[in-house]
Amino acid sequence: MSEPLGNVSELRAALDAGSVSSLELVESALARARGLDLGALVATRADAAREEASLADARRASGDLRSPLDGIPMALKDNIAAAGEPCGCASRILEGYTSPYDSTAVARLREAGAVVVGRSNMDEFAMGSSTEHSALGPARNPWDPERAPGGSSGGSAALVAAGIVPLALGSDTGGSIRQPAALCGVVGLKPTYGRVSRYGLVAFASSLDQIGPLARTSADAALALGILAGHDPRDSTSLPDPVPDYAAALAGDCTGLTVGLPREYFVEEGVDPGVLGAVRDAVLELEKAGARTREISLPHTRHAVSTYYLVANAEASSNLSRFDGVRYGRRAESDDVGALYRRTRSEGFGPEVKRRILLGTYVLSAGYYDAYYRKAQQVRTLIRRDFETAFEQCDLIATPTTPDTAFRLGERSGDPLRMYLSDIYTVSASLAGIPGLSTPCGLPGGLPAGLQLLAPALGEPVLLRAADAFERRTDWTQRWPGETP
Amino acid sequence: MAGLARLSLGEDEVESLTADLDTILDYVEMLQSVDTEGVEPTAHALPLPTPLREDRAELGLAPEEALGNAPAAAGTTFVVPKVIEGGEA
Amino acid sequence: MSAASWEPVIGLEVHVHLKTDSKLFCRCPVRYGCEPNHQVCPVCLALPGALPVLNRGAVERAVRIGLAVGGNVNAHSVFARKNYFYPDLPKGYQISQYEDPLVSGGGVDIATADEGVRTVPLTRIHMEEDAGKSVHGDWETAGESHMDLNRAGVPLVEIVSEPELRSADEASAFLRALRAILRYTGVSDADMEKGQMRCDVNLSLRRPGSGTLGTRTETKNLNSFRSVEGAIHAEMVRQAEVLDDGGEIVQATMLFDADSGRTQLMRVKENADDYRYFPDPDLISLDLDPAWIAQVREGLPELPGRKRARFQESYELPAGDAQTLIESRALADFFEATVRAHGTARSVANWMLRDVAAVLKEGEGDIEATRLEPGALAALIGLVDAGRVTPQSARDVLRELAEQGGDPEALIRERGLEAVSDSGVLESAADQVLADNPEMAERYRGGETKVLNFLMGQVMKRTQGKASPPLVREILARKLEG
Repeated sequence: MSEPLGNVSELRAALDAGSVSSLELVESALARARGLDLGALVATRADAAREEASLADARRASGDLRSPLDGIPMALKDNIAAAGEPCGCASRILEGYTSPYDSTAVARLREAGAVVVGRSNMDEFAMGSSTEHSALGPARNPWDPERAPGGSSGGSAALVAAGIVPLALGSDTGGSIRQPAALCGVVGLKPTYGRVSRYGLVAFASSLDQIGPLARTSADAALALGILAGHDPRDSTSLPDPVPDYAAALAGDCTGLTVGLPREYFVEEGVDPGVLGAVRDAVLELEKAGARTREISLPHTRHAVSTYYLVANAEASSNLSRFDGVRYGRRAESDDVGALYRRTRSEGFGPEVKRRILLGTYVLSAGYYDAYYRKAQQVRTLIRRDFETAFEQCDLIATPTTPDTAFRLGERSGDPLRMYLSDIYTVSASLAGIPGLSTPCGLPGGLPAGLQLLAPALGEPVLLRAADAFERRTDWTQRWPGETP
Repeated sequence: MAGLARLSLGEDEVESLTADLDTILDYVEMLQSVDTEGVEPTAHALPLPTPLREDRAELGLAPEEALGNAPAAAGTTFVVPKVIEGGEA
Repeated sequence: MSAASWEPVIGLEVHVHLKTDSKLFCRCPVRYGCEPNHQVCPVCLALPGALPVLNRGAVERAVRIGLAVGGNVNAHSVFARKNYFYPDLPKGYQISQYEDPLVSGGGVDIATADEGVRTVPLTRIHMEEDAGKSVHGDWETAGESHMDLNRAGVPLVEIVSEPELRSADEASAFLRALRAILRYTGVSDADMEKGQMRCDVNLSLRRPGSGTLGTRTETKNLNSFRSVEGAIHAEMVRQAEVLDDGGEIVQATMLFDADSGRTQLMRVKENADDYRYFPDPDLISLDLDPAWIAQVREGLPELPGRKRARFQESYELPAGDAQTLIESRALADFFEATVRAHGTARSVANWMLRDVAAVLKEGEGDIEATRLEPGALAALIGLVDAGRVTPQSARDVLRELAEQGGDPEALIRERGLEAVSDSGVLESAADQVLADNPEMAERYRGGETKVLNFLMGQVMKRTQGKASPPLVREILARKLEG
């Protein structure tokens, strides 16, 4: 079995030193993927990747590097469009669909010279927290293949955790980058809403979705974010603010930073003791790095999941209406247009997707709109204000990313409510539009636990700085599954 | 509701969905208790000016690209079972 | 027919294509008559991951029409998704405006036979995108529809009138007046044949003097003035028959069949359609700077209503003539330029309403499509007034000026159309005619002065129509009386 690939910075150094070529990295990635049966990839593009790697090698030979990611192999979540590639969203309804256009994220990565080797598995249409709701079979957690890697970006998290690629893109609507990152022991970053263009990201909940990186370290995530972030005229919700130099923000310590600890997130009954212990230790590390801590309150926390549930599914029910078999994707046969729609959608969508579409439709329907959707959007404003108030007293907020470590495959897939509750710590940040990052902070019972850091809108620099400082003082980002602790 | 979403459901699906709907009603109950007097619903997380695009045409997809994924096509049109004029599908 | 005992209450919803270069939410060109699916992109095809971005030119035109009808342009308006399924609607929702439209109120003036001018109030104007359409062909008998999405995403405004129209004629007048405003402001060409303006008719009946409204039906997608009038008549008759029989009107959507002249039930509306409107999260609300709106207002041209009133006053023209002359800005401008060159508004008006109109009708109908210049027309009229050319010859010259342009005087000389005003020639021609028609001469002297026209006609024949009519008349009269 091949060795894990290492992180982006390590690979960059090796490439620049000439000790390895981009083509070799791509071959290693592909071989390792084949060797490990994780269900993490839904498609590979070996020939195209080899070609791009060779071009990257040629560029490097003539001293012509496009970016720190030039020649680095990576993966894309299967809901991010790339021209000439499938974009199946792990769904039957998009079987055979080839995107004729690039998402902005992919266009920027191409520009930067990154080499995409494949597309990663996910919960269908990003609806789930375990990657068990994929039409192509579940992905597995490299730390224990009987367990889920989390979701919906479970494939991307598993790839990075297993060292198949050092970097993968995911999408986060209510925690879909951060939660799998925590369960797989890697770094996952959800940027400020609007920081990264959504053009080409298949929409789940438009006011919540963001593309973000999963990587071995926050320093790597900073590199990726620097390439992905920025205004896009093709996305009306894209922020016009200039992109700072994220790498320059990595000062190495937390001096002068105040970290808030929301009492609502540290309630013992809600969290696995091993996870809580690991997070508390992490907070101590932050203090050793120079941070002060204080208790804060986010009073509307208990309404976050229900608010999220109503808003996200309402938007999703509308976003998924375009999947009708008329212009692309799979189509069910029928003599009558109405039946065509019903059969195509009923056969093409999995049960979780159908559940959410129906509930979303209900939330928006006549007579219920005010009580459900509008009310939820009002509570969302209150949640946002909670954070604004909190950030007057601290620079960062620290919480566990998830209440538990990775659960067994099949354990929760029949219990939607329990599944939704695994997002309890991550949804608030999505609702408020603020950036959030998960970094590994322990291995209670041999399974990864994640520390979540939250910052005010456009606060990625302080987020990355604190996470990076923590990572330098600990070695959680250097652990690989299967090694003796 | 299934009709509005153009989904047809099996019997067992209807059952589990009714259970889910009950759950959602519980959630709504919780939200009703929150005082939202005078609170604006969140339109967007951050205030942004209206983005507007110059009125300049650019060619989009070539017809082959546009039709490239079509399950059924005739020339450069998408074929569907006959629709009644002006109705809903 | 008992329609006389029922009063129709009519409201119109007019969908108008905005005259922009690109679509409302994407950069695809807006053009007519293209091959199917040649003007599409990921956004208007609703490919997974595509997003809408609002067209500034469309907003500007929508604001223009809002100001031109005297409506209230709302600085804050919101785009909402109207959710329903149909093969011509790629996203499964239409981006429209619902609770917060761009324009509220406003009105359109129509000329009514009895009252003069009446303002038909508007409820609102909002922006929305158009859907694609089905291409017709014999495959339809084989049970297929062929969808073309070129039109999907084209910018529209929906203009909704209050239910204040009382007849088919008023409805037509409203549409014509609206079309003039749309054309004047450059908002739309509003050519119904090209599908740039479509109309839905909401109609109910009630007893005259009643304050309550009856149940109404909606007849959709009428794309000519004639079909609007026809649909109104048909629906009035149908509803009157139902009510007179003691029945009730069912709220329904109707289609008008021009061949049979009847409306047909398309769909019964049991409840309001549940479109599950909600603000589109892919778009930021439309917030306009009042200073910018003021700028747009300043850029508005003189609107049709004001221009007609001014023509009536300044040029002392009757309302009907003024209305015809202002129907297009180009025609109105041409008229005014000709009057400036020639001087007598009444004379110019006569020429334009009669002779120029005839020439335009033969061609494409637009004065801008001809090569006629105001100066040339003014000169031509002057030549006729001076007797240098007969009106008949002048009409030929006019036709040629329209086709080739040029100078009337030069043309007359070239073609040898100079009116004969050589008195010698005329005198002898007159003598001849009088000699050949002694009975006519007698009848004239006996008091039948109108036989002079016959005699003039004879002189004209002898001079190949080139005799100057005023001179001929004078000469004949002198000879007859003398």
